Amino acid sequence: MMTRKELDLWVGIFAVIGIGAMLFLSLKVANLASFSAADSYQISAKFDNIGGLKVRAPVKSAGVVVGRVGEIRFDNESFEAVVALNIDGRYKFPKDSSAKILTSGLLGEQYIGLTAGGDSANLKGGDTLKLTQSAVVLENLIGQFLYNKAAEGEGKK
Amino acid sequence: MTGRIAELLRALGARIVNNWVWRLGFACRFLWFTLKESGASFRRFHLTIREIYFTGVLSLIIILVSGLFVGMVLGLQGYDTLVRYGSSEALGVLVSLSLVRELGPVVAGLLFASRAGSAITAEIGLMKATEQLSAMEMMAVDPIARVVAPRFWAGVISMPLLAALFSAMGVFGGYLVGVRLIGVDEGSFWSQMQAAVDFREDVLNGVIKSLVFGVAVTWIAVYEGYDAPPTAEGVSGATTRTVVTSSLAILALDFVLTALMFRGR
Amino acid sequence: MRDAVATSNLVEVENVTFGYDERQILKNINLVVPRGRVVAIMGLSGCGKTTLLRLIGGALRPDQGEIRVAGRTVNRLSHDELFALRRKMGMLFQFGALFTDLSSFDNVAFQMREHTNLPEPLIRDLALMKLQAVGLRGAAGLMPSELSGGMARRVALARSIALDPMLMMYDEPFTGLDPISLGVIGQLIRRLNDSLGATSIVVTHDVAEALDLVDYVYYMSAGKVEFHGTPDEVRRARLASLRQFVYGEPDGPVPFHYPAPEYRQDLLAQ
Repeated sequence: MMTRKELDLWVGIFAVIGIGAMLFLSLKVANLASFSAADSYQISAKFDNIGGLKVRAPVKSAGVVVGRVGEIRFDNESFEAVVALNIDGRYKFPKDSSAKILTSGLLGEQYIGLTAGGDSANLKGGDTLKLTQSAVVLENLIGQFLYNKAAEGEGKK
Repeated sequence: MTGRIAELLRALGARIVNNWVWRLGFACRFLWFTLKESGASFRRFHLTIREIYFTGVLSLIIILVSGLFVGMVLGLQGYDTLVRYGSSEALGVLVSLSLVRELGPVVAGLLFASRAGSAITAEIGLMKATEQLSAMEMMAVDPIARVVAPRFWAGVISMPLLAALFSAMGVFGGYLVGVRLIGVDEGSFWSQMQAAVDFREDVLNGVIKSLVFGVAVTWIAVYEGYDAPPTAEGVSGATTRTVVTSSLAILALDFVLTALMFRGR
Repeated sequence: MRDAVATSNLVEVENVTFGYDERQILKNINLVVPRGRVVAIMGLSGCGKTTLLRLIGGALRPDQGEIRVAGRTVNRLSHDELFALRRKMGMLFQFGALFTDLSSFDNVAFQMREHTNLPEPLIRDLALMKLQAVGLRGAAGLMPSELSGGMARRVALARSIALDPMLMMYDEPFTGLDPISLGVIGQLIRRLNDSLGATSIVVTHDVAEALDLVDYVYYMSAGKVEFHGTPDEVRRARLASLRQFVYGEPDGPVPFHYPAPEYRQDLLAQ
């Protein structure tokens, strides 16, 4: 029969390694430490077509994650998609930066690529990006290709 | 002819009501009593600590070893499939997501049910059969407060810890096989994993799952033990029922929780 | 009405009827246990004597009738009141029912630790005193699995007198014991009863031990009290079923043969 001290010791060890495993999972396996929503600012961008962009998709600039997609809404007046971007407070971008919807890999998930502009003033919370490029929609691409091919054929005749 | 069918239906209905509905009702009331009498489990926390030792600490070996092996198998099987699409560097993602979202909580839950759950049922059932619970009642000590509630809370506390340990060992096992044995790039193994596994969506949901499983398994275990007929066959039947019912409950709850948490992502 | 009335009877069972859906176990039982006395309730297995103990202890509620302990009606008490009353009752279960995960010492100290705020050194002394009273102070550190049947029962006895109860109940205390342990338990029951100033009820079918030990006997059969009297009266009784019970006659009101078809017919049947 174990004494109370021995029991406490083993249970303590169990609790410590259990919590350690949870920390391991949170920090090394997941990305808890890398992005905190505490000091971020929100800007918005309008797109004709967001393709497969999802909430919490990464916002990358020069390939580095600088923020996350917050909210995705539909503007019933201008019939455009309005995407809210939560940018890490450490990074400041010029007012004329542009946002593109890109795909990681060939068939991967979609993310927002932020390219810095040249303006001396920086974006603040609540600002809207002026320059955006919508997602590439495969059907349109194919349609365009076929149209071009047909036009070429006409021209040669 | 119709008389026979009616008789069959009546017997079936009686069986369903007596075995399932009645027992379920009593089980719910029993859970309510257990929760009501839980004060002592925390005021005299050493009671619960003792039970955490027997349910949690003594399950460590089987959880850690199983986690390791499951992770290693995931590494092997995952690599085999991914390499065909040239995506072998996503091995870390495959191993970690499978474990954190599903295998960790579910397999750890099943192992916990068969090791700790059956032990709890057998212990309580045996105490009932040898009149220890009656003796306690005659000494004006409520057996639910003294025997049942600490075991319940010990199970609920141990389960998430064990599930996390299982997942962590599994990731380590996948790392051993994938990176060390097969030669997948170590950097991409971890970096792709970190990019793909989200704390809130994946890790936290996994923890919630393991908590729900912990409540379900321990509830079933203490109830079956308390309700067991006070004979040898009674206790052994109750122990079997604990393992079977807990396992089914885990799988059913897993479906429900997965549908709720991971739908539409 | 709720205060303990100083009657000369500690326990009064009045017109108690009890049964489960399938069968009646007790039919209109009337019984009293005077203070300070050791009373035996005897009868064959299944006559309802253990059920009667459970009713007195409040573990079961009678369908009809009342049970009073120290003037309080047990079957009407609230949960808390019942638990308060139980602290003054001690029960020795048939095989001891010691808590298998605690040592003998911890078993005896159990009630003191649960119900009192006594400091640990005092509890230690008290527990050792109780174990000394049953002659097992040296076995304090042993676990129940390490005790023999007789020793386990003695430790359980020490446990049940831990808080100096006013009523002691014994459920088949002599069953399965060797002759020496039998004598020991019998002596302890009497000695403890007298030294604690308590009242004891012994449920048993061990006639020899019981008649030597107790002050009064109730003989039950098929859920009724068929006879009651002093041990001498029991020995001299004319009631056929009681005589068969007391003197162990193989045949009498309780037949030797289990009901069966006629012997000749059964043998000759194809």
